[in-house]
Amino acid sequence: MTATQERPAAEIGRDRRRKEDQRLITGRTRWTDNIVLPGMLHLAMVRSPFAHARITAIDTSAAKQATNVVGVFTGADFGESLGVNINAWPITPDQVAPVHSPMPTDRVAFAGEVVAVVVARSAAEARDAAELVDVDYDELPAALDLKAAAADEVLAHPDLGTNKSALWRFDSAEAGTGGNVDEAIAKARTDGIVIEREYRQQRLIPAFMEPRSVVVDPTGEQLTMWSATQIPHILRFALAATTGVPESKIRVIAPDVGGGFGGKLQTTPEEWIAWAVARRLGKPVKYTETRSESLLSGHHGRDQWQKLTLSAEKDGTVTGFKVELLADLGAYVSLVGGGVPVLGAFMFNAIYKFPAYQFNCQTVLTNKTWTDAYRGAGRPEATFAIERMMTELAAELGVDPLEIREKNWITHEEFPFTTVAGLEYDSGNYEAATARAKELFGYDELRAEQRRRREAGDTVQLGIGVSTFTEMCGLAPSRVLGQLDYGAGGWEHASVRMTATGKVEVAVGVSPHGQGHETAFSQIVADRLGVPFEDVEILHGDTQISHKGLDTYGSRSLVVGGEAVVRAADKVIEKARPIAAHLLEASVDDLEFAGGRFTVRGTDQGVGIGELATAVFTAHNLPDGVEPSLDSDATFDPVNFNYPHGTHLCAMEVDTETGQVRMRKYTCVDDIGNIINPLIVSGQVHGGLVQGIAQALWEEAVYDDAGTLVSGSFVDYLLPTAADTISFEIDHTTSPATTNTLGTKGVGEAGTIASTPAVVNAVVDAVRHLGVDDITMPCTPERVWRAINAAGSGGTTEGAAMPHFEAGGAAGNQETPGASSTQGGLQ
Amino acid sequence: MIPTQFDYLAPTTVEEALAALAEHGDDAKIMAGGQSLLPVLRMRLNAPELVIDLGRIEALRGVRDDGDAVVIGAMTPHAAVGKDPLLAEHAALIPKAVEHLADAQIRHRGTFGGALAHADPAGDLGAPALALGAQFVIAGRGGTRTVAADDFFVDLFETAIGEDEILTEVRIPKHTGWGAHYEKFVRVAHQWPIVAVAAAVRVEGGTIAEARVGLTNMGNTPLRARAVEEALVGQPASEDAVRAAAARAADGTSPPSDLNGDADYRRHLATVVTRRAVLAAAGA
Ligand SMILES: Cc1cc2nc3c(=O)[nH]c(=O)nc-3n(C[C@H](O)[C@H](O)[C@H](O)COP(=O)(O)OP(=O)(O)OC[C@H]3O[C@@H](n4cnc5c(N)ncnc54)[C@H](O)[C@@H]3O)c2cc1C
Repeated sequence: MTATQERPAAEIGRDRRRKEDQRLITGRTRWTDNIVLPGMLHLAMVRSPFAHARITAIDTSAAKQATNVVGVFTGADFGESLGVNINAWPITPDQVAPVHSPMPTDRVAFAGEVVAVVVARSAAEARDAAELVDVDYDELPAALDLKAAAADEVLAHPDLGTNKSALWRFDSAEAGTGGNVDEAIAKARTDGIVIEREYRQQRLIPAFMEPRSVVVDPTGEQLTMWSATQIPHILRFALAATTGVPESKIRVIAPDVGGGFGGKLQTTPEEWIAWAVARRLGKPVKYTETRSESLLSGHHGRDQWQKLTLSAEKDGTVTGFKVELLADLGAYVSLVGGGVPVLGAFMFNAIYKFPAYQFNCQTVLTNKTWTDAYRGAGRPEATFAIERMMTELAAELGVDPLEIREKNWITHEEFPFTTVAGLEYDSGNYEAATARAKELFGYDELRAEQRRRREAGDTVQLGIGVSTFTEMCGLAPSRVLGQLDYGAGGWEHASVRMTATGKVEVAVGVSPHGQGHETAFSQIVADRLGVPFEDVEILHGDTQISHKGLDTYGSRSLVVGGEAVVRAADKVIEKARPIAAHLLEASVDDLEFAGGRFTVRGTDQGVGIGELATAVFTAHNLPDGVEPSLDSDATFDPVNFNYPHGTHLCAMEVDTETGQVRMRKYTCVDDIGNIINPLIVSGQVHGGLVQGIAQALWEEAVYDDAGTLVSGSFVDYLLPTAADTISFEIDHTTSPATTNTLGTKGVGEAGTIASTPAVVNAVVDAVRHLGVDDITMPCTPERVWRAINAAGSGGTTEGAAMPHFEAGGAAGNQETPGASSTQGGLQ
Repeated sequence: MIPTQFDYLAPTTVEEALAALAEHGDDAKIMAGGQSLLPVLRMRLNAPELVIDLGRIEALRGVRDDGDAVVIGAMTPHAAVGKDPLLAEHAALIPKAVEHLADAQIRHRGTFGGALAHADPAGDLGAPALALGAQFVIAGRGGTRTVAADDFFVDLFETAIGEDEILTEVRIPKHTGWGAHYEKFVRVAHQWPIVAVAAAVRVEGGTIAEARVGLTNMGNTPLRARAVEEALVGQPASEDAVRAAAARAADGTSPPSDLNGDADYRRHLATVVTRRAVLAAAGA
């Protein structure tokens, strides 16, 4: 090809390949664990093997003697200077929360909790010495089962006197946003339909690809922490707030970060311990967790019991929905903690016009790994509940599940619409997305096949599942967060800097960890300023470079952070305008800005934004009183959440002889407003779908009766691979958001939120004629088979792992070293 | 996931390896492909002082024809076993089982002998080896001995290989002209089987003349489903006849209960998976 390619007028909407992928995929970049500093020491953690125990003694003497060990520390060595791990969202004023020391000295509250840290010249030596730390424990009864814990049968923290942390409630009658739900249910019991179900949201593990890693350099004027985190800015704030180091003396860097899914939306004991050790020794330190440690001690997600009551008239018009949740916090109230289920509180009514709604959530402390955000955070749980319930209502009435949804959903003429949960949905078109999805899916043909198979009594039955989801994302309007007692705002910041050579540097407060911000934001800025895509550099993740920000989670980066970028870029143009007028000897009012150039209306005179950047750099000829800078900042605080929606249709085959399930087809049509980069959107949708499907079919964090994590490796925690998924059919309808300039909606969590109920609805639909109306997640073959054969939802998961890597083996077996339970150290 | 320190030896002959094993005894550990051993070391479930890597012993690698048997060198990687033409012709059950064993990377590192020596009851190679009546050639300082498959698998992760011995090769009696199928029941693609069945049948004019059925993960060792084998002989290779015989697949087994299913469910699965494996092997 010799022809020079014209740069298309618009970057927005182009399926640009991600500019960051070359370095991220090859690994030739600065992951935290790649950072090596002069004289750097390595840490290994000694972790409790018990779910709940008193620490009676810790003997570090042998470890201290080991080769190249520089120090061994326990919590007692640091006292208050160690700081604490904070909860930023006390959901009620009287929330009960244990103090969370990063390294407790007297009592451990979950298996995997750190009780000592070994510092050595190499990671291997630190690990070897950690095996020599001798900890004496007195085992205490552990609160493990969520329902039993909620009844305070065994206390996770005896001093607190209860496991019940907070009861959070929303009632539409009290809030004035709707009617009284108990009255609606009572009425339906006499002359309508009441659907009552209890669903389990199993515990999941975020399982990001890059394990968590932290490097601390205490040399220099600022103390620097590199961390594989989603939240460098919040991390800096929390370090300052709890360890006594002034914020201005702290620099936090999240270099390239390999995935998070909410799992790195945390301030961790390991970060605090590394911080304390580096400060104590005055030397750089590094800690990188193993995969086992990651699964064991990184926060988990979901883990709820959902008691649900839906009332409707006989024609299927829903009159009320009541939600009673038990949510497992694990051993501590984490950074977002009880706020995660509360994020679901506004979403159980989903796309529907329910006249009455009530949400109750009891958060509960247990002796398990702490829980916090995991992709979707609160909204997947809500979406699962309502989309399962709407399907059950349809089944009760014997009508198509799409028909019952249509009867109750908000029609497109009704936007903006204020829901029974008090949110104003700005835009959407559920009819359009559903119509397109049905067509792509071949809905009617698959229904016909399903009928044929049922009638023929085929061994393999077909089921079709529906999920017409919406969610609230783009976290978040600061004022709303304030009303909810969250400890920070929800704004976002961006700076656009014009370099002397006309290149553009954009420092953003959001902190990508795989999403593709560098590409998408470059496209936005290229269009806004009329510069080539390649000339835009996106800087992020370093509190000295992008000094202000609230980081990345809750599908906020584009809809909140992207809007800050737009506004900062627009300010650059406004600052450039008088300079352009001066250089062109024209009046400001006669200038037009398009395609990166200011032109004088009606003439061929003009000047490019790059030339203006150079003119500002030399500052030889600027108008009087104009500062020699085009650089501009913007901080954007959204006025509303952002409401993507979509219709997801899933066909599942169920082998009734074995309970094996197989995905046959998956179609989704998401309305995420205007799309900046369709390729990135496809990636987000595909990955999101797989994560949601995995909750439906494969993933579950399982503990045994002693509180040991049984699914402690990827042998037993079943993550799907490409071999386990099919090609998804995805498409979009477009109802631009009205609350940001670009009309965009978040897509980072949509697939995960929507897909779980679509899959479970499909599996249940395949065997409903055999008397099944629920199957507990994950829908393992065993559960499906049991549901078919004995009814019920399939029972619980056996708390035992497959022992593929036994110590034994053929020749030369030997005793496992340090197997005694009082020896410290899980690997 | 850092193992404790160990010394490493890579001998080029079996004699050298045996000598090192004799010298270090309990403190030494043989490594084949390392696909099971390395995780064990990294999880610090074992801490040998010496690892003896058999990877450079060329004599242990490869598949050869030896009259009425096909002989597989212990160090032959799964991937090579999977595409070996001799095995495809004379012992098709083996390559069929390898096809779905772990993932491509592991199939290129892991070895036939290593997997059998590891004796994971969920391992995919035990049941086919047992079903085909494999002979295990084991070398010790005093020479070699041959152990029949029925005696090789002793218990969970335990075989007839002594502490100072090395498995050198496995002789698979030829089953030329037999139909074969390995049916593996998993939840995700790269998983060990929850239950799997290895079936080889010789069909003569629509009637099953001989049948061999091995079960994976239905007890502490791979098992022969002898009741099924007996019930199959003389029967037509039909759905109904095979179903009736396969109903006895779980007789005398004691499968484990774990995350993926309890013992009862496995017993049920064994009957269904056996039926499917036998029918596929018979080409029905
Ligand atoms: C993620 C993963 C998934 C897997 N999935 C499956 C699966 O689906 N199905 C399956 O069957 N297997 C599976 N495996 C195991 C795989 O087949 C291994 O290759 C096999 O179990 C061990 O073979 P190896 O050659 O790697 O042996 P090694 O790991 O090197 O050795 C295993 C054991 O055998 C001993 N040993 C090895 N060779 C000899 C010898 N010649 N003489 C005496 N002792 C010896 C060693 O000392 C050690 O105790 C999986 C492994 C992994 C890591």
